[in-house]
Amino acid sequence: MAEVDLSGVWNVRLHEDLPERIPGPDMVEYHGVPVNDANRARGLAWDPSILTLEEYQCRPHPSDYFTRFSPERIWKEIDSETQETKGIHIRKEWQAAERTIWMDGRERPPAYAVHSFQGFSLGKWEGDVLAVETTHLKQSYVRRNGLARSDIATTREHYIRHGDYMTIVAVIHDPAYLTESFIRSSDYALDNKRNIAPYPCDPVVEIVGQAKGYVPHYMPGKHPSEFEYADRYNLSHEAALGGAQTAYPEFMEKALAAKKR
Amino acid sequence: MSMNRNTVSKAKAAALAVAAILGAASIAVAAQPARQNRNAPAAPAQQAPNFDNVQIKVLPIRDNIYMLVGQGGNITLQVGEDGVLIVDTQFAPLSDKILTEIRKISKAPIRFILNTHGHGDHTGGNGNLSKAGASVAGGNMLGPIAVAAQGQGGAAPAGAVATILAHENVLTRMQQSIGGQPPSPDDTLPNVTYISEFKDMFFNGESIRLFHEPKAHTDGDTIVYFRRSDVLSVGDVYNTNNYPVIDKARDGSILGVLKALNHILELTIPKDRQEGGTLVIPGHGRLSDEADVAEYRDMVTIIHDRIKDMVGRGLTLEQVKAAKPTIDYDPRYGSGNGPGSTDRFIEIVYNDLKAAK
Ligand SMILES: [Zn+2]
Repeated sequence: MAEVDLSGVWNVRLHEDLPERIPGPDMVEYHGVPVNDANRARGLAWDPSILTLEEYQCRPHPSDYFTRFSPERIWKEIDSETQETKGIHIRKEWQAAERTIWMDGRERPPAYAVHSFQGFSLGKWEGDVLAVETTHLKQSYVRRNGLARSDIATTREHYIRHGDYMTIVAVIHDPAYLTESFIRSSDYALDNKRNIAPYPCDPVVEIVGQAKGYVPHYMPGKHPSEFEYADRYNLSHEAALGGAQTAYPEFMEKALAAKKR
Repeated sequence: MSMNRNTVSKAKAAALAVAAILGAASIAVAAQPARQNRNAPAAPAQQAPNFDNVQIKVLPIRDNIYMLVGQGGNITLQVGEDGVLIVDTQFAPLSDKILTEIRKISKAPIRFILNTHGHGDHTGGNGNLSKAGASVAGGNMLGPIAVAAQGQGGAAPAGAVATILAHENVLTRMQQSIGGQPPSPDDTLPNVTYISEFKDMFFNGESIRLFHEPKAHTDGDTIVYFRRSDVLSVGDVYNTNNYPVIDKARDGSILGVLKALNHILELTIPKDRQEGGTLVIPGHGRLSDEADVAEYRDMVTIIHDRIKDMVGRGLTLEQVKAAKPTIDYDPRYGSGNGPGSTDRFIEIVYNDLKAAK
């Protein structure tokens, strides 16, 4: 069966949702994400200083969030005997993250095996669409302002190539932190003249004298800038706090009914 | 394996004396504690579970290290030319199944059983698995484990047992009746104990360090560091499915758990991008690495800090519970019943912090 070849260097196109992607989301900018109360509370407790801890400095984005960022190289691993595609590898430039989408239908690791930021992925072609199911993800985030994605979440991605453009749709199911599936699409353009640069990372002491075991976080009700973002953009606080309803068009009026409410 | 002189501690002598007093190992299999929450680390006091349908699954970890998952605490296996070393033994009725899996990996004799702590879901199979093995003894090694060396020319005679090694407090607690539970069966008791901050061993070409983690899950916790394989087997100071279970009857504490978690983070070194490298076998749940333990440490620290703040403001336990200090972690770690329940965890942290105030 003929299959689409995704091989090459793809550069991410960031025009869609630009402010949320680059420079990145504001604090307490949760709209559009179907968070539950627990996830909202995690977001409100999240102090960005946690990224100064050595255990956090060199973490890559997880595969589900990575679809939004960074140029990537895709290449196929071919079984030399059968000439069938054994796996599809993706290398992200940022944090040099690599993942493999196994195409050989191998068995998933057991539930008690170790998880990783990129997870364990199996792919298959559904027509011209590469469909990828990922399990064994490490706990990470759905938005890089503290909204969590748990390690029991699973994802489904679709890789859709249209000539020199590619759309990746990532759907996240997280029974712990999302009330419904969270869907994002991201566009890429083929750019084979681009090089994927190396990205070494070495954790260092960023804050001298930080007590051992110190974990930065905000106490409940003590967020220093809870509605700074909402107020700046004249959004309702309800919108800023997110939830499934904030992802639908009908919500727009409520979102904009800011100060009056 | 080298047993150096300092292993003949007072503690060991005491352990052996106790073993001698108790006489022949009991073959009665006492009903071991079951868990109300299947994934929670055990604490005492439940009815006997049904083990018939339990399958022992083997996960190769690295080199000669394996993780065995059945019911009860995860088992760590280290095998090699010197023999078999086992960390924790689940429940006694599972011993045959466990032994069958061990024998698929190695035919070498079981020499050592190490216990991360004394709970029945980690020590229940001590007796059976110990009797299936034999220590190399003699020299300064005394007592029942020395039977193997009494002029037998190498072959393990009847009555030989493998060393069961744990922190001294494990032996003490296992002999006590706690929370209405009878003392642990004689044959499951450690026959060698240590009282120092850590204890060193060398087995199967690998240096192994046992660290005592004071007053954490219990007062006898040990984390076992396989230094060449770069694997830590940490027992119930860390699990991947529930809030920490803190056994107050055995003098566990929230601060001890936090210290142990931070100690694990100190020992683990990620390979690349903050993952891989040193692997951590939890007491219950899935195989982990530093990033997973960091997530768990963060969670425990954050909840601790919140409750500490509430205690400082004079809130009652009911007020603390009503304030839901665990709300953001409940979907992942919370449970409604059993020793690892959310309420129980909040209560223990509250009481610990109130006592420390
Ligand atoms: Zn335990």
